[in-house]
Order: sequence, then structure tokens, then C-alpha cells
Amino acid sequence: MVAFLVRRILGAILVCIAVTFITFIIFIVVPGGDPAVRIAGKQANDQNIANIRHSWGFDRPFYVQYWNMTDRMFTGRLVSYTNQQNVVSQIVQGIPVTLSLTIGASLIWLFFGILVGVISAVRAGRWSDRLITVLALIGISMPVFWLGIIARYYLAEGGLMSFFPDGEYVAITQNPAQWFFHLILPWLVLAVLFIGFYGRVLRGNMLDSMNEDYVRTAKAKGLTPNRILRKHVLRTSLIPIVTLFGLDFAAVLGGGAILTETVFDLHGVGQYAAQSINNFDLPPIMGVTMYGAFFIVLFSILVDIFYAYLDPRIRPA
Amino acid sequence: MAQSATETDFSLDTAATLAASEDAAAIRGRSPWYLAWRRLRRNHVALASLGVFLLILIACFPLAPVYAKHVAKTAQNTNHILEVVKVHGESTPVVSQGGYVSKKTGKACGTGETDCTLLSAIPIAPTYFGAHGKFVLGADANGRDIAVRLLYGGRNSLIVGIGSSAICVFFAIILSLLAAYFGGWLDFVITRFFDLFYAFPVVLLGIALGSALAINGFHHWGVNVQSGSLWIPTLVISYVLIPYVGRPLRGQVMSLRQKEFVEASIAGGAGPFRIMFTELFPNIISSVLVFFTLIIANNIVLEAALSFLGAGVQDPTPSWGKLIADGQDLIVTRPALALAPGLAIVLTVLSLNIFGDGLRDALDPRAKVKIEH
Repeated sequence: MVAFLVRRILGAILVCIAVTFITFIIFIVVPGGDPAVRIAGKQANDQNIANIRHSWGFDRPFYVQYWNMTDRMFTGRLVSYTNQQNVVSQIVQGIPVTLSLTIGASLIWLFFGILVGVISAVRAGRWSDRLITVLALIGISMPVFWLGIIARYYLAEGGLMSFFPDGEYVAITQNPAQWFFHLILPWLVLAVLFIGFYGRVLRGNMLDSMNEDYVRTAKAKGLTPNRILRKHVLRTSLIPIVTLFGLDFAAVLGGGAILTETVFDLHGVGQYAAQSINNFDLPPIMGVTMYGAFFIVLFSILVDIFYAYLDPRIRPA
Repeated sequence: MAQSATETDFSLDTAATLAASEDAAAIRGRSPWYLAWRRLRRNHVALASLGVFLLILIACFPLAPVYAKHVAKTAQNTNHILEVVKVHGESTPVVSQGGYVSKKTGKACGTGETDCTLLSAIPIAPTYFGAHGKFVLGADANGRDIAVRLLYGGRNSLIVGIGSSAICVFFAIILSLLAAYFGGWLDFVITRFFDLFYAFPVVLLGIALGSALAINGFHHWGVNVQSGSLWIPTLVISYVLIPYVGRPLRGQVMSLRQKEFVEASIAGGAGPFRIMFTELFPNIISSVLVFFTLIIANNIVLEAALSFLGAGVQDPTPSWGKLIADGQDLIVTRPALALAPGLAIVLTVLSLNIFGDGLRDALDPRAKVKIEH
């Protein structure tokens, strides 16, 4: 187990380094304009630009630039090309917003995803299963930003009602009730896709395990259907859901909520990334990508460990 | 005779009689494709979804220019910002004048007037068929006909969605066959490549690549792609999704690789590429088809997301995602602008998802192909 962990962690560090390198290469190879020209501003002469190029190190070989950038990132000195703000502190500022959004939404999608999956598996083939299947498919088919725009207009901007607050984020330390109230709509919108997806996956898994021999044995032993469902069917069927949940949680936390944050005007990490990409600002994009990759890699290791705990068959020797 | 045959008086003679009385056609061998088609034919919901998708294709490809020219009498990017159309016999400006307007008369504010309010320019509301086919779904802020742009936008969304899926699936097949057939260091390199892209936040990578390329296009290694080209979102989307198709396919080929028929053809002197493409590939076609259908659905949504954030299809080219982004600014006055393209996406993606499910059930009732989002 220790050897497995060490191997996974070393692999994860390598992946993170590779991710930053690829992001860097994308912005070096792809011509997006000279950053020195942008930093210099509108009324710069050639001498200014040359000076900036030299002082920021843009005239150095790309591997030196890459080294400088990662070095500054890990020591927290990385600054944006457009407004010279510290990237790490900007990301840290966005984390409470993104974390609030992700935790709330993930609890909603996990709860309703399992509920939907169990109901449609137990009622497989009946009209309620069909209705749920269709609803789940519709949920999967909706672009999240469109649902967000529509929900915001009809429920918050007076299309049908103005009950919900219109975007913006209130810190939980400032006013917990308002924090909750402001996040309900974004949570639900972000959760819809995952509810449909988890429901479908769980339904399939449960129907598969209901046909297993050990379920027949449990029935033959005379266990109640309720107990069979909870202890024998649901328990094994939830294992793949654990994997999915860990990876999705990390992906949303690591910048996957970029669309929801943009639509609801939540100043989280995702929105920061979207703005930086529009300004073609490499340092923040590097920072956010690194931050996202970190969570994804971390959670994939956690999922592996948890998986081994849940399912003895796949424990690494 | 045959009917009275029981276990005790069963003989080779009765068996022969039984066999002779069987209808010859009933025991004819069927190809797996025919069996799959027979299963699919019974799934009316899946067939209806395929029908809906084909109707959308027809509406967006051959019918879009016809509609634009003969019904709406405009083109996809033509501005009508200063024009006036007759709706139910009443003259209505395509885009109402913005600026200061008198609160009493509703007309432009005179020089001496004080009771004025600032209005933004508002495009015409959906006329349905009040204006003889013009502005059926209204206009955007530039006075462009939304119904026409919806059809042409669908065309671009579908080109990007289908094109990127085809490219993505193509490379995923090649990589998974190579990795699983040769194993060893090649497998190691390819799986690490897949792992690496799993660690990237997909939307973030797509937006970073898309917006980087949107500025100047791509001019390296003899490849010239102009900025604003549909190739940019197509290639970006296909690229970021290759591991999501490649990884499950590799798993399938890995298990096929251990089967006896591969050993048999190696013994028969077949080379690696012959085995890959004539022995292994035909066995994964059914999964590939299912992946292709479901990935199109996924890619249409991804294209819409990229275009919405400005990293996909560029102005003035319409696409469904771009139209939603345009409509967002006018949602309070003209919600139809954002509603219509979104509903088009939902309908298209839903039909593809339902058909993809049906196809999977028909091709292999026991298959466990799943697309990870």
C-alpha cells in the first residue's frame, strides 16, 4: 500500500509538471501577440517595449522563461501581465466562492442522483422509471450556461418572478442565510447535469447487480427486499459512483464551474480563468490550470485509496 | 408421427422427420448487423429520435438557404437595423431607436423636454407569421433575422459537433489499437498521454486553446488555419476529448488481443497492421458507432460552451452557442433570442442521446460502454 501510494504521488507530481509545461507551450507556440507590447501600453515606443521585454525576461530562451514562471508560481510571486496583480492571491480570493459553489452543488447532485437512480432501478420498466429516464436525459442534454441564463432570467430577474437574488456572492462569514440564499440557484443549475448522469449510471449498475448470484442467494435466505436492496444491491452499485463523484468534484472545484460562475457573476476561480483567457494573460491561466490539475490529481489518488477500502478485490498487492 | 414423438419412442427417424418439417428459412444464419437492426427496429423511441435528428439536419443543411432566400428574404449576416417591416399591416421598426425618449409621447425627446427616459435599442419581437415569414423569431441587436441565423448556426454547430467527433474517434481508434496491440513502451507512452489529458480541466483547456487560436489562427509546421475558421473549434474539441474515447477503447482491444483468433492470425503469418485493421477493428466497430453518436451530442454542448465564452465560433459566424451569448444581453426584453438556440441544442442533443442509447442496446445488449463527462 505504501509503495502504491509513493508511486501514485510521484506520478501525480510528474503529471502536474507536464500540465504546466503544456499550458506554457500552448501560449508560446500559439501566436497571441507579444506580451511586452501589451504590458507597455498604448503609447509605448520601441525602446520601452525592448526594455520591458528584457526586464520581464521575454528575450530569454523558452525553457528559462518556463523555469522563471514556475519558480515564481510556487513562491507566490507570479503577477499578471495585464494588471500586475498577484496571481496566487487572486486565486486564493476566488477559492471560497468556488468551494461554496462546488460543495453545495455536489451535495445536491449526490443526494438527488442516488435518489433518482434507486427509484428508477426499483421501478424499472414502469412509467415512473420511463419518466425519470426521460427527465434525466433532458437534464444531461441541457447546456449548463443556457440553463443558468434561463433560470436567472425567469426566477431572479422578473421573467416569472424575482424571488431569487440576481447573481453575486455573499460570504458565509458575513451572512450565512444570504450566502445560502444567493447560492441556491447556481447550485441547482450546476447539479442538474450530474443528477441525470448519476441517476442513469446508478440505475444501470443496480440492474446489473440485481441479476447477480449473491442477490439470489440473499433472496433464498429469506432476507427482506428492503435489506437486500440496501445491503446487497446498493452497496456494490455505489462503488463506481464514489469514483465518479470524486473525479467530478475535483473537476468542478478545479475550474469546471467556469460557466456557472460566469453566468451567475460569481467571482470564483473559474470566472478569474475566463477573464484571464479573454485578456490572453498567461500567468493567471498557468496558475489556474495548475490549481485545477492539482485538485484533479489529488482527488484521483484519494478515489483510488477509498476504492481499495470499499472493494477488497482491487486492493493493490 | 412427429407430433406424438416422446422421449421413449424417439428415434433417428423421427428426428429426420422433424428436421424435414422445419422451415428451412427459420434456421438460416443471420449476420450480427441484421440482428442488431432487428432489435433497433423494435425500439420506436430510438427510431423516432433518429428521425428528429435527421429532420434537424435537413432543416439546417439543404433548407437553410431556401428558407433564407424565399421565406425570410435575407441572408444570415445581413443587417436590417434601419429598416421598417409591416407586422399585421402595422409598420414596426426592426430595431427600435434607443436614446432619450419622452415619457408622455414615447417619441424621441425634443430639445426643450425634461420628462425623458433613456431607452436601449430593442429589436423586433417574434412576429411568428405576421410579417409574411420575416423575423419569425425576431431580430438581434443588429437587425439580423434570428430564425435564419438559427438555421445557419445549427449548420455550424453540427459541422463542428460531427466533424470533431469523427476526428476524435479516428485518432482514438488508431491510438488505442497501437497501444493495445504493441503494448510495452508504446502502450506506456500512449496511456500516459491519456492520463495527462485527464488531469487537465477539459473546459479550461478547450477555452485556453480556442481563445489562443482565435486571435491569429495557427501557422506552424506547414498547417495554416485562419482565425475565425470553423476548423479551430473542431480541432480543439476533438483534441481535448481523444482520451475520453481512447481509454475505454484501449481496454476493449486489450481483452480482444488475448483471444485465440489473434494468435491464429499471427500463426497464419498476418502482420501487425493487418491484424489491427482486419481482425481487431471489426470487433470494436459497434462500440465505436455508439461512442461516435454520443460524442456528437457531447461535442455540440462543448462547442456551445466554447462559443458562449468567446473561444469557439467567432463573429459574425453564427452558431447555437454564439446565438445564446448574443441573446443573453437582450434577455429581459427579448427572451426568445436566448431561448430558441438553447431549445435547438436540447432537442438535437436529446435526440442523439436517446438514439445512441438505443443503438447501444441493439448492437450489444450486454455492452457497458459509458461516456464519462
